[in-house]
Amino acid sequence: MSTRAFGASLPRREDARLLTGQATFVDDIDLPGCLHAAVLRSPFAHARIRSIDTTAALAREGVVAIYAAADLGAVCCPGPLAVPPPPIEGALFHQRTQSPLARDKVRYAGEPVAFVVAESRYVAEDALEDIVVDWEPLPVSADLQAAARPDAPRVHEDLPDNIAARVRQVKGDYALAVRGAAHVIRRRFTYDHGCSSPIETRGVVAQWDARADRLTVWDTTQAPVFIRNGLAASLGLGERQVRVVAPFIGGGFGPKIMMFYPEEILVPWAAMQLGRPVKWIEDRAEHFVATTHERGQIHEAEIALGADGRILGVRDEFLHDTGAYDPYGLTVPINSQCTLLGPYAIPHYDSTFCAVFTHKPIVTPYRGAGRQHGVFVIERLLDIAARELSIDCAEIRRRNFIPPDAFPWDNALIYQDFTRLTYDSGQYAKVLDQLLERIGYTDFIAQEQPRLRAQGRHVGIGLVCYVEGTGIGPYEGAKLQVQANGRVSLVTGIGTQGQGHYTSFAQIAADHLGVDIADIDVITGDTDQFYWGAGTFASRGAVVAGNAIDQAARQVRAKALRLAAEIFECAEGDLVLEGGRVAIAGLPSKSLGLGELAQRANPMRGAVAAGTEPGLESTSYFGPPSGSTANGAHAMVIEVDPRTMNVRILRYVVVHDCGVVINPMIVEGQVRGGVAQGIGNAFFEQLVFDSEGQLLNASLADYLLPSSMDVPSIELGHVETPSPLNPLGIKGVGEAGAIPVGPLFAQAIEDALQLPKRGVELLEIPLSPSRVWELARSATG
Amino acid sequence: MAERQYPIRLTVNGTEREAQVEARLLLSDFIRHRLGLTGTHVGCEHGVCGACTILHDGVPARACLLFAVQTHGHSIETVESLGTPEHLHPLQEAFRACHGLQCGYCTPGILMTMKAFLEQHPDPDEAAIRKALSGNLCRCTGYQNIVAAVARAAAVAREGA
Repeated sequence: MSTRAFGASLPRREDARLLTGQATFVDDIDLPGCLHAAVLRSPFAHARIRSIDTTAALAREGVVAIYAAADLGAVCCPGPLAVPPPPIEGALFHQRTQSPLARDKVRYAGEPVAFVVAESRYVAEDALEDIVVDWEPLPVSADLQAAARPDAPRVHEDLPDNIAARVRQVKGDYALAVRGAAHVIRRRFTYDHGCSSPIETRGVVAQWDARADRLTVWDTTQAPVFIRNGLAASLGLGERQVRVVAPFIGGGFGPKIMMFYPEEILVPWAAMQLGRPVKWIEDRAEHFVATTHERGQIHEAEIALGADGRILGVRDEFLHDTGAYDPYGLTVPINSQCTLLGPYAIPHYDSTFCAVFTHKPIVTPYRGAGRQHGVFVIERLLDIAARELSIDCAEIRRRNFIPPDAFPWDNALIYQDFTRLTYDSGQYAKVLDQLLERIGYTDFIAQEQPRLRAQGRHVGIGLVCYVEGTGIGPYEGAKLQVQANGRVSLVTGIGTQGQGHYTSFAQIAADHLGVDIADIDVITGDTDQFYWGAGTFASRGAVVAGNAIDQAARQVRAKALRLAAEIFECAEGDLVLEGGRVAIAGLPSKSLGLGELAQRANPMRGAVAAGTEPGLESTSYFGPPSGSTANGAHAMVIEVDPRTMNVRILRYVVVHDCGVVINPMIVEGQVRGGVAQGIGNAFFEQLVFDSEGQLLNASLADYLLPSSMDVPSIELGHVETPSPLNPLGIKGVGEAGAIPVGPLFAQAIEDALQLPKRGVELLEIPLSPSRVWELARSATG
Repeated sequence: MAERQYPIRLTVNGTEREAQVEARLLLSDFIRHRLGLTGTHVGCEHGVCGACTILHDGVPARACLLFAVQTHGHSIETVESLGTPEHLHPLQEAFRACHGLQCGYCTPGILMTMKAFLEQHPDPDEAAIRKALSGNLCRCTGYQNIVAAVARAAAVAREGA
């Protein structure tokens, strides 16, 4: 191969199928005799179920079965804890997970109460209307702060209050920092995150094969192996009896990994009970309450600084809304707590959070997974400090950067992956310098902005920095196999939701095997094809599975060369592997195709040497000691219409460092897509609940996603600092774009409207035009 | 009582089709589950996301907002009418070249919307493309590469003309 596949912007191999409608998504699975399910959901956020009467519903033609909690037997028990809390000393955590169907009471509007199976989805939905539930509504804790009070209506009556978790993590001694500080700034921040809203909602199809004693489940999951294991456990089957397939997935962004959603148990269970395939596809209205959210935190934060703007310490206390249950443990608030430290050398840090149960849908990670909240707090504190100390916004950040020679940098906290939060590498000043250069920072402030302001235009600039812990363990694996036809199959256990794995994974293997990526068939998300794995989340797919693929490909290469050397009776060093063939260097007539070698490696007769494995294949696993640390900086120039407070983004620049890049085109796509979600979050995505816990904007006409009119062209710059924690030097990039957009918006809007001069600070997200209008109107000056 | 069935006759991707359908059967469900053309995707079932966009007598329409019976005597085109994996339509080829898709779920609806748009506007500027695209939601790409793909497809078509 004259050109390397690794590192090239190759077009994606999966695109032809996706573009022609030939890719299989879960709802495309069409099995003979398939039944269709619909879920009856609670209309109340908190209510006792006095009785459920399904008589009329069962009498409806086409209805096959209706299940309530009492009908499920042992299956109706609280689901597993997907992620246990990290081992942090003194941490309080109350595990409360959801049952597939609510038994005596419901704790959020949308909680499943009954499961209808019918000959068609239309009939199943008709039957939902026939079910009569006698409800006893109970008082609701919907507001985060109110729910945290000791006398609030309790979500779980066996607990003394609604505190789900309380965790304090300390680095150094914040009191020392304050004592030496020239300046202490304290503010209250609220940060609301929304729902991930993939264009494909969730769905599950299950088929029980009684003759083979096997269950097959197609699921829109980001973690098929976990689902397989969990299903086997709850249905009383062995893992080898369950096959979970995550086919093409129409976007995930975190919530498709909740493990377990009620429907992920109910659909397979019903298929086994009824002996017919069952399909359930979530509709969009359901999605708003039945798929997990991320939502809000309230921070009371304080920063202590020297007169030169150096950060001496930060103290933060925050409330985290975890919803009615906490199946994902502490991941989201731990990420907020840890990511707040950013790329800055902060010697003293004291952070405590309280996760609070509320009568609202469950909160689990959504792209960024709490990192946004922490980044918002530190970046806004630095903006305020810059203003109060008359230091430029870029300069105050630069002064506080961890220098490039200080890695590994130990933050002395426990991160979500249970390891000590240690940054592996980074060149933060270099990233910032490139950002300033690209956006023309100095010129804008000195010339462009004054010129435009003189014309009466309200233009502003913002810049923010962030780090992201990516590529966490535990491990992923990959199996590479040269088939007799010469094609290479590359299998991993993770699922894929649009990240381009069919291409990037092939790029990792292709160079080692001397084949074109078109000769490599990547298979992901099928537990029958690969048994072990964790899943696609936490910006980890390329890092963890990628390195496993690299190892496996090296081993297959070595096997091919060893075998060819035996056959040709030459030294391995005399061989070249290219164009899918192994040849003696300079003697192209003396060559064997990989497929022929694979056949020779699996002889039908004759003795083989002891210890020899058949075939040209290798399975390899990779688990990083801890996560690699990606980082970046974003800047934007905006113009605000002071009458409508509508924001127009004139320029948006990202400079990022995700280590070594496998496919720049795919990485850029990930960053741009992340920024688009960040813009939605910063600008207008908000789940609005009333005091009764009812979600008021549960449609895409009311909960607005960014359109092509809202997301600008995004200019990108790269810095490449290889991670020392994995052989390929990769850092994750999946979530990066989405993380720092909130504080960037706030800073740029403040600047455009010169709000601080009028005594207004933007300390909350989202900042919709109407909210900015309200805040600006409160201006004193 | 079983729902009453209505006979319909329509043209699907150039082929005459006949079927018996319930009055309430959504066109999106008819296309996907009765005709087996699963390239048309359903994202919201309330006409906002645009994933299910098809051409109805050559005009983009949301299949989730139409009943199958309403297509009686009409013609519809779905993404399957464009290219095949081996022979992509130039618009599809442009999306591949520009990385105009990630998960690909919204893509068929966008392709059908843009096919009709480019027929009406063979030389669009970026602002016009963005406006035409604004009725289709994509949660993955940030739209930039979709805009580039549409511009490229237009340029290729003009060069070929």
